[in-house]
Amino acid sequence: MAIPLNYNLNSLRVRWSSTVVAVLGIAGTVGVFVAMLALAKGFRTTLVASGSPSNALLLRGGATSEMSSAVSLDQERIIEDAPGVARDSSGPLVSPEVVVIAPFPLKSNGADANVQVRGVSPKALAVRNIKVVSGRFFRPGLDELVVGRNVAGTYAGFNLGNTVRFGGGSWTVVGVFDAGGSAFDSEVWADATVLNGVYKRPTNNFQSVTVRLTSPEAFQHFKDTLTSDPRLTLDVEREIEYYDKQSQALTRLITVLGTLVALVMGVGAVFGALNTMYSAVSERSREIATMRALGFGAGSVVTSFVFEALCIAFIGGLIGCIGVLPLNGMTTGAMNWQTFSHLAFAFRVTTPLLLGGIIFALIMGLAGGVPPAVRAARARISVALREL
Amino acid sequence: MVRVDGNGSGNSLVRVRGLDKKYQRGSEEIHVLQGLNLDVDAGDFVAFMGPSGSGKTTLLNLLGGLDLPTNGTITVAGDEITHLSGGKLTSWRARHVGFIFQMYNLIPVLTAFQNVELPLLLTRLSKSERKQHVETALQVVGLADRMHHYPRQLSGGQEQRVAIARAIVADPTFLLCDEPTGDLDRKSADEIMDLIDRLVEEHRKTVLLVTHDPVAAARAHTLLHLEKGVLVEAGKVGSSAGGRP
Amino acid sequence: MKYLHLIVANLFRKKIRTTLTLGSFAVALFLFGLLAIVRGAFNQGLDVAGSNRLIVINKVSLIQPLPVAYQERLERIPGIKLVTHNNWFGGIYQDPKNFFAQLAIDDDTFHSIYPEFVIPDDQWKAYKEDREGAIVGVKLAQRFGWKVGDRIPIKGTIFPGTWEFNLRAIYTGKRPADDTTQFWFHYKYLEERENTYWHGLVGWYVVKVDSADNSVRIAKAIDTTFANSPWETKTDTEQAFAASFAKQMGNISFLIMSIGAVVFFTLLLVAGNTMAIAVRERIRELAVLKAVGFSDIFVLVLVVFESLLVAAIGGAVGLTLAKLLTLRGDPTGGLLPFFYLPTQAMAVGAVLALAVGLAAGIWPAYSAGRLKVVDALRSV
Repeated sequence: MAIPLNYNLNSLRVRWSSTVVAVLGIAGTVGVFVAMLALAKGFRTTLVASGSPSNALLLRGGATSEMSSAVSLDQERIIEDAPGVARDSSGPLVSPEVVVIAPFPLKSNGADANVQVRGVSPKALAVRNIKVVSGRFFRPGLDELVVGRNVAGTYAGFNLGNTVRFGGGSWTVVGVFDAGGSAFDSEVWADATVLNGVYKRPTNNFQSVTVRLTSPEAFQHFKDTLTSDPRLTLDVEREIEYYDKQSQALTRLITVLGTLVALVMGVGAVFGALNTMYSAVSERSREIATMRALGFGAGSVVTSFVFEALCIAFIGGLIGCIGVLPLNGMTTGAMNWQTFSHLAFAFRVTTPLLLGGIIFALIMGLAGGVPPAVRAARARISVALREL
Repeated sequence: MVRVDGNGSGNSLVRVRGLDKKYQRGSEEIHVLQGLNLDVDAGDFVAFMGPSGSGKTTLLNLLGGLDLPTNGTITVAGDEITHLSGGKLTSWRARHVGFIFQMYNLIPVLTAFQNVELPLLLTRLSKSERKQHVETALQVVGLADRMHHYPRQLSGGQEQRVAIARAIVADPTFLLCDEPTGDLDRKSADEIMDLIDRLVEEHRKTVLLVTHDPVAAARAHTLLHLEKGVLVEAGKVGSSAGGRP
Repeated sequence: MKYLHLIVANLFRKKIRTTLTLGSFAVALFLFGLLAIVRGAFNQGLDVAGSNRLIVINKVSLIQPLPVAYQERLERIPGIKLVTHNNWFGGIYQDPKNFFAQLAIDDDTFHSIYPEFVIPDDQWKAYKEDREGAIVGVKLAQRFGWKVGDRIPIKGTIFPGTWEFNLRAIYTGKRPADDTTQFWFHYKYLEERENTYWHGLVGWYVVKVDSADNSVRIAKAIDTTFANSPWETKTDTEQAFAASFAKQMGNISFLIMSIGAVVFFTLLLVAGNTMAIAVRERIRELAVLKAVGFSDIFVLVLVVFESLLVAAIGGAVGLTLAKLLTLRGDPTGGLLPFFYLPTQAMAVGAVLALAVGLAAGIWPAYSAGRLKVVDALRSV
């Protein structure tokens, strides 16, 4: 015989202040948990989205990031002739690039952020499937800039048509491109040759080469050809894997810290739930004893209380998740330690994450509900009935 | 000597004149006590009886300074307590009153010793002086061997005896008992009444007792009925030398 | 004092509940400590940045170099006491995940400009005499189990090839906040081996000025000296430099504060609720105390004290655990060189815990104080 659920729901309502406390404790914990993981996921997604499955990224052998790499023009010519390289009307889809950082003030607090400035050729658009959405692409050889869609909103002074000063010269912002929510959306692009000159780098010396292959399957043959060529010492990677590695450090940091914080808060929330449930059991000991005297078994009592705790937990989890939803898509910025550059990215609250939050809440509910429920079931009926 | 006509002599221990007490229940105003008079001398043992709701407990609360009357005066050992307020009333109560309740009202997390010691914490006695008083009080009620037990380890009757020890430990001017045997079986009730008897006979305590129990009431020297807001004598039940029907 | 046993006895009344409330305080304060640690870590050494040291970088970009020839010219600027230069090496030890800072330093000037880093004399001497010598911070040495005399291979990325060093010295910091996770070697060695376009260049300069008051003036003077040259400079105090990194992580700071607020609010609720329940259960006892002669104020103070005691003990446990956590070192494996809990944060935590204890106890205490004895005793 099961104790009617109405009893529990009514009890929750009557002791509403204690219920609210436990619910809020769980809601807060779930909220923080989901928010931190959404932050990590957002960061990672932004970076990983920067890579395309049909692209390969080539760096100097041993370099861990573009900034510490160097590729010469001769090497680039050899790469153009390798098997598997896709071609369009303008020739092989191979983009040699230079990456530097330059300080620009953040719109949010005016402090300087290290923004990634990429020197490219017009081929970069085709290699990466990036579209110019307003204005136009820069003309080769000129001091012109085309910026990612997040740039104008994150850094000051990058509206279309503005003049920007850096590297000892003036540049004009002539266009904005959309990179589909990837890291490139936070970048400023210029002509590679012009940039090389400004930064006093040797001409015709690039840092990385990005290649669009005919298909993802063409990668292996492409890589083997190049790595066995004695004229080159290059590392060949799928673009996606490169960006995956780039995101690791900060993602790991946010995930470790976020999980630690959420676990600790979880323990606190369980304490809160336990407190509430133990007081509930204690205040209602006579009712429980009466029900048992009436014939409800110990099992029913345990189930009944666990159900109550799970109700609290579920409601708390829901509130926590709903509270975090507005964050989805909200952009924030952080510095990626591995590339030393500032990156704007958005919180990504996904359904699996929300489900994870609810499950976390239910686990807390169980932890907070089972011990008091067992105590309620074990109390001696005769003693409890006499208690006033 | 106990009088209820308001003509008592000037040296009664307890002297009540024209006591009125009204209180609100919902929209009604209940006039519980109406012009009540009382004189009690030191060493008297008085029992108050009356139907439920007649105001016996209210009277006791007023005499003990737990409540203030709507009208009238109460003078105990020369102090007019109806004009005392807040802190002064509390201090007065600590010094002069010993309460014994139906529900014993011991603090469950303290031992018998610590419960009895409570009123003494309000005095300036040193720790060893307090210890002496507590042990004496517990001896009087016959529970010296249970000093360090907790209330849950004692029977109902024993708990009430600890409560009595607490009531007498600071040597109060008088003892106010509200249904002290209400929660006890016959045997324990008798033991408690024996103890109260002894307190009156051997230790010259003044006791005012409210009860439903006619057997308990019969132990008192004077029995008063509370009817229609005033006290009425029911006839003396024996001299102060003790006696039973 | 003589009433202490009353307070303590009441706490033992319902051991589980007291433990849980204590636990809630401990958890909240542990979290507070953790957040203070993380915040300090993200502030990238703001606390230890010298106010009388300036950083001189290439105006175009942080990653652009400056000529080594500037050293002499900087030394001649009035108000400057010491000049040293650093080069970021950026190599890999075994695995890219094993990140730590490697710098090529100008030995003597570096040593003088950073007095907070302590190196035993004999080890310093051994380092100077070894062309391939390296100095390593004590926390870094602990992380990889290095000892003086070890040979450490580093794979260069910016400066390619395999570079091997002999560990000659281990440095410690004077303050717990100092960064002891760095790896230093001779600039001369870098110069010798590396003869690409980086020859004759350094990463950035660190300059010590005679007085912190003159920092802004001298910074301007430096930048003016090199203005309109092929290598223009941008100079800032070390503090401002560290702060700019911290500001880039600005939103993270806000995030941390928000979490802290959520935690404390929840804690207040739990503690307050527990106190309210505890008082509700003891109404009759509190009434008896008043009947016996204890004043209203006494009862109020009693309840508040109980709450404060739980807060104090729970808070102390939580903060101590947070402090112990820092002794185990950085859990992210190298990403947070600054991982410690400043005493000031602990003091703030203690005050907050007590404040919550007070706030949680005050309403139930007040209602207990106002309790009318007759009403309480009447209710069965």
